[in-house]
Amino acid sequence: MFSALTEKLNSVLTQLRRRGALTERDLDEGLRQVRLVLLEADVHYKVVKKFIDDVKQKALGAQILESLTPGQQIVKIVRDELVQILGGTRADLHLTQWPAVILLVGLQGSGKTTMAGKLAKYLAEREQKRVLLAAADLQRPAAIEQLRQLGAKLGYPVYAQGRTPLEVAEGALQEARKSSFDVLVVDTAGRLHIDEELMSELQEMKQRLQPAETLLVVDAMTGQEAVTIAQTFDQRLKLTGIILTKLDGDARGGAALSMVTITGRPIKFVGVGEKLEDLEVFHPDRMAERILGMGDILSLIEEAEARVDAKKAEEFIKKIQRESFTLEDFREQIQQLRRMGPITKLLEKIPGMQKIEVDERALVRVEAIINSMTPEERRRPEILDAKRKRRIALGSGTHVSEVNKLLKRFDEAKKMMKQLKGKRFPQIPFGR
Amino acid sequence: MSWLQRLKDGLKKTKEQLVGQLAQVLQPGRRLDDALLAQLEEILITADVGVEATTEIVQALKARAAARGVQDSSAVMELLKEILKERLRPAEGALHLRSDGQPTVFLILGVNGSGKTTTIAKLAQHLKDDFGKRKIIFAAGDTFRAAAVEQLGIWAERVGAQLVHHKTGSDPSAVAFEAVERALREGADALFIDTAGRLHTKHNLMEELKKINRVVEKRLGRAMDERLLILDGTTGQNAISQAKLFHEAVSVTGIVVTKLDGTAKGGSILQIASALKLPIKLIGVGERADDLREFKADEFVEALL
Ligand SMILES: Nc1nc2c(ncn2[C@@H]2O[C@H](COP(=O)(O)OP(=O)(O)OP(=O)(O)O)[C@@H](O)[C@H]2O)c(=O)[nH]1
Ligand SMILES: Nc1nc2c(ncn2[C@@H]2O[C@H](COP(=O)(O)OP(=O)(O)OP(=O)(O)O)[C@@H](O)[C@H]2O)c(=O)[nH]1
Ligand SMILES: [Mg+2]
Ligand SMILES: [Mg+2]
Repeated sequence: MFSALTEKLNSVLTQLRRRGALTERDLDEGLRQVRLVLLEADVHYKVVKKFIDDVKQKALGAQILESLTPGQQIVKIVRDELVQILGGTRADLHLTQWPAVILLVGLQGSGKTTMAGKLAKYLAEREQKRVLLAAADLQRPAAIEQLRQLGAKLGYPVYAQGRTPLEVAEGALQEARKSSFDVLVVDTAGRLHIDEELMSELQEMKQRLQPAETLLVVDAMTGQEAVTIAQTFDQRLKLTGIILTKLDGDARGGAALSMVTITGRPIKFVGVGEKLEDLEVFHPDRMAERILGMGDILSLIEEAEARVDAKKAEEFIKKIQRESFTLEDFREQIQQLRRMGPITKLLEKIPGMQKIEVDERALVRVEAIINSMTPEERRRPEILDAKRKRRIALGSGTHVSEVNKLLKRFDEAKKMMKQLKGKRFPQIPFGR
Repeated sequence: MSWLQRLKDGLKKTKEQLVGQLAQVLQPGRRLDDALLAQLEEILITADVGVEATTEIVQALKARAAARGVQDSSAVMELLKEILKERLRPAEGALHLRSDGQPTVFLILGVNGSGKTTTIAKLAQHLKDDFGKRKIIFAAGDTFRAAAVEQLGIWAERVGAQLVHHKTGSDPSAVAFEAVERALREGADALFIDTAGRLHTKHNLMEELKKINRVVEKRLGRAMDERLLILDGTTGQNAISQAKLFHEAVSVTGIVVTKLDGTAKGGSILQIASALKLPIKLIGVGERADDLREFKADEFVEALL
């Protein structure tokens, strides 16, 4: 499940990382992969389009094309942009009225009734509110009984008197006022956003209750229709927020991005299980990483950064600026790389990455070749003639062709670094 | 009203939404070019067909259009329908109903809220109305969710089935076992075992499901006749993961796609049908007991495009 998506992201990283100077076309290719990842996460087609356009502008602005680690930077821009969109608006409950009414709406089976119980528990325990539950779903068999049982488990009252949902809701509001409850949570029947009659009923209910919060409860597994669903509910009811349920599975939850982009309404809570305590406040960063399927990659980047000696990196950059980068520095870099742990181990953390071959032994050989050189040779590789190369090959147990290859790589790296002067800690172009 | 008409009514809103897109595609004189292909891609992806299957379908479409020298956009649309139908036809499949006097046993499974319990009521109604089955038993195998037993009990009353149930919190295998005993003893025509909604990624809950399956098989001395996976038609690409993992756990015999009366198109079944070769047996188009339809590939595609 994860591997297909992560593999794509990785191919973005490696493809882009392999090259020196990138063109705008390379960027497009990278973003095409990001687009696929988003589509597979169920982000809506049009939302993806807009998102990619925005990210491209940012990437061009950030001059990513000149970076030596463009893949990582693109991933970072993509992630940051996602976090920004998902968390752009304030997301607390606004329960300033008294009693404050919370109206829960949504499609069939999305998790409204369960969420009514979860919110009641949350508000009572965390904010010491007195909560009344209202069972305004008169449609689904045993819906009232379901809420009653949840209420009973928590020890909160459930109001269910009335012949119509409106009657129940209004009666509950009166009861809440009379018995001084702080919050009234109203559970409603699941309905399709295209059900004219039932949508009007909700509008009417909203009109009469004047709820502090009107929350759309949506299943995290929802596909492309999330856009239409959220848009319609928002147009009819002016939502104050969205709740995403069933995030405890492996759904990537792209619906979250679709809905927030289209409605501009914040996601306030997420449901992460069937039990009443399985409620969490929404974390935009986690959601972004989940949509991208990249929690692992980010931690990998962080880990790599942590293991690289910052002081040495700084010296190194100064050397690049003075253009005095030598084979000794090159060796130093390889050692840094290897200090990050066996590379294959690191890569194993990324599902789908295992297939990409990094020949660790190649790095060992490169190091051996450099070790077999004299300090003079390391500083001035141009003095290496055929005789010296043969000696080095012999000393390192390699072949002259490998020595030549290394020298060529070193030259390339040097050229790249010149272009790059002091941008970021550069990487050795290892592998192919 | 014809079957097709009813399906079309059920899927009408879906269609209305697509008409706008299609009108664009089908402008007279429009030729097959990259822009048209991109539009077709958009139609498929927004129908939850998924990137992979969409790419495959668009490639197949291009190849076929080239082979037949088709250029005109409306002819291209016909080709697209043809390809989709070809892909979905093998997924048509009827319910396995026994005719040997033994009860037909159904295990109903799926993620939370997908429509399992309601589909049991619909299936019972279907067996009564269309196959003359009379004696039907429901087993309240969801012993977890609040009022799950009561919900199934109300449906049992409405469609005239009997209910076997234990207390909330008890072992679902025990409920299933007792229900099988009773079905055999009383010579029931059909037994439906409801199960609690569970996410396919939860190991323990999947083990619980396997146990129910084992216990019932052992008592029956044979496999259950149908192990039906209930998929919410609104679900996106996660449906594929669901199908895979439930299939791995209990070897699913068929799929019922629910909530197709909304605007969702349920396109993820294209991948499920081709990758897992699982038959789509029925579709749900509403909340009432008679809102169940046979799955017909041609009509499904027609109603969608
Ligand atoms: N795994 C998981 N299951 C959940 C979550 N929230 C709700 N559920 C389950 O999803 C199913 C549907 O939940 P309900 O609360 O009955 O949904 P509803 O929106 O009230 O349904 P209708 O009233 O029929 O429209 C139940 O099995 C719940 O236990 C969640 O966050 N995670
Ligand atoms: N519109 C529509 N709603 C449906 C359909 N099938 C089921 N529902 C509704 O979806 C909601 C959940 O249905 P259930 O049958 O309780 O689902 P479930 O899978 O048994 O749920 P859990 O046992 O909680 O996992 C209910 O409100 C049903 O009325 C359908 O085909 N169309
Ligand atoms: Mg409910
Ligand atoms: Mg159920």
